[in-house]
Amino acid sequence: MATTARTSTQSRMQSAVYYRRIRVINEILKYVLITTIAILFIFPFLWLLTTSFKSTTEIASIPPRLLPKVWQWKNYVKAVTYIPFFKYMWNTVVIFALKAVGAVISCSLAAYGFSVLKWPGRDAIFFLVLATMMLPFQVTMVPLYIIFTRLGWIGTFAPLVVPSWFGYAFSIFLFRQFFLTIPHELPEAARIDGCSEPRIYTQIILPLAKPAVASVVLFEFMWTWNDFLGPMLYLTRMEKWTLSLGLLQFRSQQGETVWEQLMAAATLTVFPAIVLYFIGQKAFIQGIATTGFK
Amino acid sequence: MGLAAILKSRKTRRDMMWGLIFISPWIIGFLLFNLYPTLASFYYGFTNKALIKPPEWVGIANYTKMFTKDDLFVKAIVNTIYMVVFGVSLNIIFAFFTALLLNMEIKGLSVYRTIFYLPTIMPPVAGVLLWLWILNPRYGILNYFLSLIGIRGPAWFADPLWSKPSVLLMGLWGIGGSTVLYLAALKGVPVEYYESAMLDGANWLQRTLKITIPLVSPVTLFISITSTIGAFQIFTQSFIAGGENGAGWPRDSLLFYAVYVYQNAFRYLKMGYASAMAWILFLIILAVTFVMLRSSAHFTHYEM
Repeated sequence: MATTARTSTQSRMQSAVYYRRIRVINEILKYVLITTIAILFIFPFLWLLTTSFKSTTEIASIPPRLLPKVWQWKNYVKAVTYIPFFKYMWNTVVIFALKAVGAVISCSLAAYGFSVLKWPGRDAIFFLVLATMMLPFQVTMVPLYIIFTRLGWIGTFAPLVVPSWFGYAFSIFLFRQFFLTIPHELPEAARIDGCSEPRIYTQIILPLAKPAVASVVLFEFMWTWNDFLGPMLYLTRMEKWTLSLGLLQFRSQQGETVWEQLMAAATLTVFPAIVLYFIGQKAFIQGIATTGFK
Repeated sequence: MGLAAILKSRKTRRDMMWGLIFISPWIIGFLLFNLYPTLASFYYGFTNKALIKPPEWVGIANYTKMFTKDDLFVKAIVNTIYMVVFGVSLNIIFAFFTALLLNMEIKGLSVYRTIFYLPTIMPPVAGVLLWLWILNPRYGILNYFLSLIGIRGPAWFADPLWSKPSVLLMGLWGIGGSTVLYLAALKGVPVEYYESAMLDGANWLQRTLKITIPLVSPVTLFISITSTIGAFQIFTQSFIAGGENGAGWPRDSLLFYAVYVYQNAFRYLKMGYASAMAWILFLIILAVTFVMLRSSAHFTHYEM
């Protein structure tokens, strides 16, 4: 009787040690696995950065050097003069700014009509708004190009900018979802006080919707920075080019690609997007946290 | 009629007027940039429209040509289906797996999450150029790493057999968006479910199969639909990888549907033919989305 009791405690203790050991091993495996994957994900960025600082001979060395022997800062000087980098960056920023202003105004207006106001047929039309998201660009691409040609807009920013001024599904949806979180007592009270709808929109709803404005602006930035097909179709003249088109110049020139300069220009292109991502992430979360019934 | 009803109808009329005023920019935009171009492209599909030339009616000639005489069209469809099937399934499997990893109690979660998300911020043109360099057959770092473990790496983008896997590999780098979506869904699974399953003696695999996967199935459906639509429209990768050799290089292995539509419209200026192809793409996307939504009723679990 006594012996069986002892062995059972003993085995219980042993198994406790065993389980703790398994847990420790699991814990280590978890971090090894996730860190390995994280390194795989971050490595292309590091390779982009180190390549941008290498000399031409280091680029073509076999085996490849992980780090440059001497960090070639002049690659960056060469890269921004090989193509008119800042000209392209300016163009991209101008397109972004013009699109963002138009999108914020037109999409928030439409969202107001689809959420704060209640009227018959509203939800059916809103369904139509969402349905336009299903339409692939390829379908409208050709007729749009013909319209823009007739208007004489090819070679200008207009085909990229003007459609944003008339609202589009994604941002209308984003604004609408945000407006729905605003208590309806707020506009109602204003209405009873004799406040007109445009005033409720500009003085009550829009000031509360700063986080939504911020995220639409952020999305517009990402889309403009990333867009390739649009600028390629419409920006026929080089002085109007965006960064996406400009980067390709490093490849399309005669002869070999100048990889180190290309990587330097690519780094400079990615940099603003990453910075904005980190700033925006914080502002966005703060915005959501601070919005409320004030 | 009572006073209340009159007031109500007057109020309704007033609200309707304001509603229409507020959405009027969208209505104009919808007519000009969505409805008209969609109808026009449907019409062009039955004509031999070129840029300046007025369209001439050709009936269904464009559609019959596509499926009977155009080998490149068939090639583009096959290539695109390859990308849809492998791209979407790899996206879902790896995104789910990385989200599972991140969902374990991990210190520095926000750092890891940022690292997984960062590649999605990379502008596509810069991203493709970077991967062309990483996958460079001679000087590329990946083939160097492979050589260290005794593998002779392929020519990647330059090899018709490996060009599509190269695009897939690049796509895997950008799964961060899906990972974040999955992670949010995983965080929403009540811990009690796992606890009671563990009391019943269910192991990790059983818990994943019976609890986690059904409960995140709405996210799986969402990612399936959006990434399928995305995969049908792959363009930039092929266009840039082709460079001076032209999109589709090598040997039309990267000739995708959207690329072929673009080439027909703006290189060969066969805008009627391109419009017909765009409409087929539209119908395919609608059909696939519809089938996915329909069939999802059987395996998608919505918590009430």
